[in-house]
Amino acid sequence: MPSLLFILSATLMYSAPLVFAALGGVISERSGVINIGIEGMMVIGAFAATTTAHFTGNPWLGFVFGGLAGGILALLHAVACVFLKADQTISGVAMNLIGPGLSMFLCGVLFDGNSTTTPIKNKLPKILVGSDIDIASLMSLLLSVLIWFVFSSTKWGLRVRAVGENPAAADSLGISVSKIRVFSVILSGILAGFGGSAITLGIVTQFSSSCVAGQGFMALSALIFGKWKPFNTYLACLFFGFAQVLSITLNSGSESVLPPVILAILPYLLTISVLIFFVGKSVAPKANGVPYEKSML
Amino acid sequence: MTTVEKFLKKPIFSLIFSVLLGFLVSSIILVITGYSVPDVLQSLFEGVFSRPRHMANVIIKSTPIILTGVSIALAFKAGLFNMGAEGQFILGSVAALITGSILDLPPVLQVLAIIVSGIIAGALLGALTGFLKSKFGAHEVITGIMFNWMALHFSNFIVNLKEFHKPNSASTFPIKSSGFTGIRSNLGFLKDTSFSDILKTEVNLGIIIAVIVAIFMSIVINKTKKGYEICAIGLNEKAAESAGMNVFKNIIQVMTVSGGISGLAAALMVTGISPHSVSASTNFENNGFNGLAVALIASNSPIGCIFSGLFFGGLLYGGRSVQADVGTPSEIINIIIGVIIFFVAIAKIFPLVVSKFSKKNCEENHA
Repeated sequence: MPSLLFILSATLMYSAPLVFAALGGVISERSGVINIGIEGMMVIGAFAATTTAHFTGNPWLGFVFGGLAGGILALLHAVACVFLKADQTISGVAMNLIGPGLSMFLCGVLFDGNSTTTPIKNKLPKILVGSDIDIASLMSLLLSVLIWFVFSSTKWGLRVRAVGENPAAADSLGISVSKIRVFSVILSGILAGFGGSAITLGIVTQFSSSCVAGQGFMALSALIFGKWKPFNTYLACLFFGFAQVLSITLNSGSESVLPPVILAILPYLLTISVLIFFVGKSVAPKANGVPYEKSML
Repeated sequence: MTTVEKFLKKPIFSLIFSVLLGFLVSSIILVITGYSVPDVLQSLFEGVFSRPRHMANVIIKSTPIILTGVSIALAFKAGLFNMGAEGQFILGSVAALITGSILDLPPVLQVLAIIVSGIIAGALLGALTGFLKSKFGAHEVITGIMFNWMALHFSNFIVNLKEFHKPNSASTFPIKSSGFTGIRSNLGFLKDTSFSDILKTEVNLGIIIAVIVAIFMSIVINKTKKGYEICAIGLNEKAAESAGMNVFKNIIQVMTVSGGISGLAAALMVTGISPHSVSASTNFENNGFNGLAVALIASNSPIGCIFSGLFFGGLLYGGRSVQADVGTPSEIINIIIGVIIFFVAIAKIFPLVVSKFSKKNCEENHA
């Protein structure tokens, strides 16, 4: 049996990308913009991060560029949803096509027609030399505390929440709904980009078409599971990370406890069961998904 | 309002405009990355239209995504986002494989049995998604995504069973040949006629069934009481409920049919296209996800899905020759489609822009 410490550190490692992306989703949706494009933003972040890290040899620079790439894609989504009153779900679908499409296209251009990038030499460092704990795990924990604090105790957090629950009231108090929403969506893209970077700079060492593999959508379910609250969302991500680790460790032993196919579908089965039996009706922010139009009265 | 203005405000114009913008943006990306846009376009065009065989291949490639497109469009009409079409497709192909390998019926019956099994498998998964949605409020996008992964792992599990697995390969043995619907395998006597170029491809019955399903669903949605209920629920669930419609039942029914159509798409692919088997894979083949794009480009019109499916299928098929001829990564196609969908999402803005411009013109003319 693997040690408890190993399970803990592996759980933290696998949940870190989810935490970044899900917290991004929390910010965007609390401001009233649905962002199902998180998957695409994670993919382009993962690509930008590995490419930068490959050419500069510096994973931290890669991490920053991963966030930037996600943010730039989110800018598109923000402009469409906030200023052009786009259907937010369809725009999100477009992000999920453009992000991976652009990443794979540029990957072919930059890496001689290959569909994967060259593996990077330096990963993000681990903390406590010798132990397994990823620095991204620590960062994701700190981030969730920070966002929890911002949402519960600062003016900016209050404004984001107000804009997501009742934009008209916020508007009448002189808060710019558009500005807050654009800012929140871009921030969600940056965090999703960090999430993608955490995958390719921390867990695996190269970008491929399947490195993100639906984690953006897992992050979306984590934020529903966490009822749009930062710290609950963090715990939901830990749970999903744990489910992944469980299926890997149970599978790797000499004699498998359960047939491999059961273990492979276990994380998804757990997610669905949790959504059905434990969450109950989770209620989205009231104005989530509704474009705000300033009335002319 | 002038005639021109009226035309410019039609949805079809917004769509044409979106498609042009999709090509424009992708051209800019090509220029930046140093590819010749005319070369790419020429290769894309020739890859699709230069020979009858290529056009036949486009139709073959389009058949599954037309059907998954119709499947997703139907769900959209009821306000449901059938993200799980991919998983329903996968489960349908697994069911088709199992039926086609184990049963050994005469040709027509064998094909029917395979198709029915594919439909049932997809329909069951769709029904489950609908049930979880209406009973527990579990969002169909989330459950759909989870089911997609579960279906993929289940498919890989079946592929690797020794009853089905073809040694030294990543796939299964093909289904029994009585289950094939290819024209080449059934009508070999046409070989030396003018059809010969097309017969090099695997033209099969799938496209005919896809067109029939699309037309049928269009009639159901637009001309029947059921269709009226579906659209009412899609527009306003609460209003439909207070008008006495059974939302719970309708959601499950729509998801069942939607899943069934995705399963049908898979069964037609297994019966129609070689290797007539299922392969193990770590990633999705995107038949369901591409259907999403097909439905969105068609603004959820089932008949429209036929054309947008052919369009998307053409781009996918032509994209391969672009990669072969010019060396441009074929993912440029995904960028084109993505940008088109992006503009479809903001399509509401086009008529407003036209109004603004024409107002300006009027003011200038009268000044």
